Amino acid sequence: MSIIATDITADKLVAEATRLKAEGWRLVTMSSVEIDAATMEILYHFDKDLTLKNLRLRLPKAGTVPSISGVLFTAFLVENEIRDQFGVTFEGLVLDYQGRLLNDCTQTSSSPFCRLLVNQSGMTVAKEVK
Amino acid sequence: MARTVIPFGPQHPVLPEPIHLSLVVEDEKVVEALPTLGYVHRGLEMLATKRDYNQMIQIVERVCGICSMIHSLCYCQGIEEMMGIEAPRRARMLRVVWSELHRMHSHLLWLGLFADSFGFESLFMQLWKIRERIMDLNEATTGNRVIVSVNVVGGVRADLDEGQIRWIKDTLVEVEASIRSLQSTIMNDRTVCKRTKGIGILSKQAAYDLGAAGPMLRGSGVAQDMRQLKYAGFDEIAFEPVVETAGDSWARGAVRFRETLQSIDLVRQALDKLDSGELATKVKGKPEGEVITRVEQPRGECLYYLKGNGDKFLERVRIRTPTFANIPPLAAILPGLDFADVPVVVLSIDPCISCTER
Repeated sequence: MSIIATDITADKLVAEATRLKAEGWRLVTMSSVEIDAATMEILYHFDKDLTLKNLRLRLPKAGTVPSISGVLFTAFLVENEIRDQFGVTFEGLVLDYQGRLLNDCTQTSSSPFCRLLVNQSGMTVAKEVK
Repeated sequence: MARTVIPFGPQHPVLPEPIHLSLVVEDEKVVEALPTLGYVHRGLEMLATKRDYNQMIQIVERVCGICSMIHSLCYCQGIEEMMGIEAPRRARMLRVVWSELHRMHSHLLWLGLFADSFGFESLFMQLWKIRERIMDLNEATTGNRVIVSVNVVGGVRADLDEGQIRWIKDTLVEVEASIRSLQSTIMNDRTVCKRTKGIGILSKQAAYDLGAAGPMLRGSGVAQDMRQLKYAGFDEIAFEPVVETAGDSWARGAVRFRETLQSIDLVRQALDKLDSGELATKVKGKPEGEVITRVEQPRGECLYYLKGNGDKFLERVRIRTPTFANIPPLAAILPGLDFADVPVVVLSIDPCISCTER
């Protein structure tokens, strides 16, 4: 069993989010999943009249993704959470906690939800951990 | 005018759980609000890789004490969908009974806290006294007041006999009378209206665009409730979302008050439809694939994304709780308010931080 999701690339993401908003779709949330040692996935869940539409974005770990928070303000919280947990950087976040939404007292910490250690101050990949 | 940053929380008399807001104020007016999380984050989603899919039921129940049963319901129905099994009809109806009892005690808890937030202590005490009757029902029928642990993959593990069904119905008659006796006070009392009407307004369009959930969304006039998806036994139960249109703190409270009464009706409907069937379907195999499942918690829409690979451990459990969705709208409605109104407005979203920080 698999969910129905439309594959999307990073360069088309913001335009697609803008189009969905104009059509009356509401962003429910985003789900990030570690796929393998080099790849992760972000699913964008939209709702309209109780029907879900999903976008699936694949990206390299510690990659950069355009933020959709400029179009859908509600995305800022989950994008910051994904950055804290998975080390993904979102470009253009309207409210950027710099990797410290959940933990504001460290200069360096791991990305606890995936096998990756990142330097939160510079958000550069330090090493992969088992 | 000089701006001052005032920290609101994480410890504050009005907050039952720790959230921090940095409030930028000019004189007594809030001009900006910045939320900060992380004080009670537990990383429960990550435990999915260390506990098998059956043990995860006990984990997700602890995401939130107040709506524990509805978390495990959402999780179990997701696993059931992934494994291609369906809970028996009796189990689905029992799930409605216990989930609506949870909604009632959650709303009564919140209504009491809300009254407390503007100093109406006698109303607070009366509401919590009524809530104890619901907690008694939970304890007597499941063995626990809060974490009831009735759901299993494939159905439920507890049942109701005829005596318990009669007792629940009799108790609900008294509970309904007690709640209705407070209706005029909660909806019309000057103290309540003065602190809540016209304060913290979220328009219908803003509520939708900002992704508000539950009573926060319906209090702004959007008739959306995940029970319309007809999960569990809701496919056989008459249900219409409770909607208010003012979009202010009063409207959010009114939705919750009316939903408490509605839940009594839903419990009665579910009890009347209980058949004599099995409690659970036998489960074979391991979960494989991915699924999204949604339910309506007391605070609103809850979404679970589950991914399995045929192993007993799930690859990913992702939980989007309603308070997480309601924080951006909260940050949007606080600017412009008097500082003295902030506690009441913050409480009007029914913030559950243990849910948010799962």
